[in-house]
Amino acid sequence: MNLHAIRAIYLYEMARTRRTILQSIVAPVVTTSLYFVVFGAAIGTRIAEIEGVAYGAFIVPGLVMLMLLTQSVSNASFGIFMPRFTGTFYEILSAPVSAFEIVIGYVGAASTKSIILGLIILVTASLFVPLRIAHPGWMIAFLVLTAVTFSLLGFVIGIWADGFEQLQFVPLLVITPLTFLGGTFYSIHVLPPAWQTVTLFNPVVYLVSGFRWSFYEIADVHVGVSLAMTATFLLAGLVAVWWIFKTGYRLKA
Amino acid sequence: MQPIISISKVSKTYATGQQALNNVDLEIRQGEIFGLLGPNGAGKTTLIGVVCGIVNPTSGTVTVGGYDIQRDWRAARAMIGLVPQELTNNAFDSVIGTVRFSRGVFGKPPDPARLRRVLEDLALWDRRDSRVMTLSGGMKRRMLIAKALAHDPQVLFLDEPTAGVDVELRQSMWQAVRRLRDAGVTIILTTHYIEEAELMADRIGVIHRGEIVVVDDKSALMQRLGRKQLTLELQAPLAELPPALAARGLTLAASGRELVYTYDAQAEASGIAGLLSDLEDAGIGFRDLRTTQSSLEDIFVDLVREK
Repeated sequence: MNLHAIRAIYLYEMARTRRTILQSIVAPVVTTSLYFVVFGAAIGTRIAEIEGVAYGAFIVPGLVMLMLLTQSVSNASFGIFMPRFTGTFYEILSAPVSAFEIVIGYVGAASTKSIILGLIILVTASLFVPLRIAHPGWMIAFLVLTAVTFSLLGFVIGIWADGFEQLQFVPLLVITPLTFLGGTFYSIHVLPPAWQTVTLFNPVVYLVSGFRWSFYEIADVHVGVSLAMTATFLLAGLVAVWWIFKTGYRLKA
Repeated sequence: MQPIISISKVSKTYATGQQALNNVDLEIRQGEIFGLLGPNGAGKTTLIGVVCGIVNPTSGTVTVGGYDIQRDWRAARAMIGLVPQELTNNAFDSVIGTVRFSRGVFGKPPDPARLRRVLEDLALWDRRDSRVMTLSGGMKRRMLIAKALAHDPQVLFLDEPTAGVDVELRQSMWQAVRRLRDAGVTIILTTHYIEEAELMADRIGVIHRGEIVVVDDKSALMQRLGRKQLTLELQAPLAELPPALAARGLTLAASGRELVYTYDAQAEASGIAGLLSDLEDAGIGFRDLRTTQSSLEDIFVDLVREK
């Protein structure tokens, strides 16, 4: 195990976060605060409670998930895309560092960053709405699992992408719509039965539902199902990354 | 002595069908400066890529320091530093940050004192906190060398190190390379500037269309393939060559004021003695004479043409 390499990659990526603190931390916090102001304070007071939880508080887990998913994907994809784009990736390819170690470094840094972000957003949210966390342990578990899973997905996108457009494509046109339609702002029980079934094909439903359960013990699907699905996504991400390094896809000639 | 790098029957055909390397055999000796010479697209960078683990060879084996690059890839790669041809860089990072990163990914513990020496040797220490994007081209090139040296490699690849580098910097770069060689580092440099190989290398290999055309000591290569030219400055210009001399393959130059004789420096008899006595017989006097040896450039052009 090349621990020095993992450390170097991890610290390098974290330093990149510090260099771009405005874009990586401040911007998402401002965006989330705007959601709370609009949906929580302004409109939320006119919306009835959902399953006994005030609307403003109900959307907190969903908003944290929204940021966690988009930021994990964009951090990790950017982290690996940039060295490919600038050509500096030759160094990592020629270094005595295994695929596994590279992934730990990049995905570890990207997940750390989005976990920190998620926690900051939670703290911000607590300034606007009364928060209650029923199962802090599970809350952290979902936070970490989701951050790692979507950082892996971001890593895969960063390797797959040929240019900046493709890099933006997945977070903007896949992750964001899926999150909005995945029960971030509503319980899927308010949908007509047919749409409820369709929604179950949206992976984000399981993430948001499980995460919300750890706060308020209310869920669209059973928490066990959420956990199993999250683990499945994680496994899928690991297999994709394993295949990429096995074949040298887009990395080696 | 065991070669430090041993390349055996390496071929590489890219997915596009382009064959970049064809059955290459090459051994690099420990502690030498090896010049890998060839025109653009000859396969120099591909060959380096294979040894460094960036390009998967289609067939063949490579060992570095006795370690197979596929089986013992960690040990093999830890020995190698690579300075790429392109001036790639992490534009927003600091010089010291990117060099520190290089040492880390090659598995070495942090060593600020060592990094300071590397940067000082390459006259970059004063710019250590500068963003890479603010460096001049020559500084970026030196920074890439610093990155390659950050983990104390025993083998250093310099892929076209002087492309776009001015004369002064080139010389200081060569001094740095010689210091490294004196410290025991084996250096492989690729270039299509023949003067560079001639100036720097102990041995030279010529690659053309993915095949190694010749490998030899620089001086032996130049002697083996070198042709010499004898130029005689005549006392009085000649309108035309006497038939006896023309038969020797002499030519007139400089409006009849010079006679030029080309001969093979390695031949049993150069024919110079006979030529000079013929000149005396013909009553042609000369004021001065000089000989010139063909440069590697000429040798190289000959080799490539033969192929």
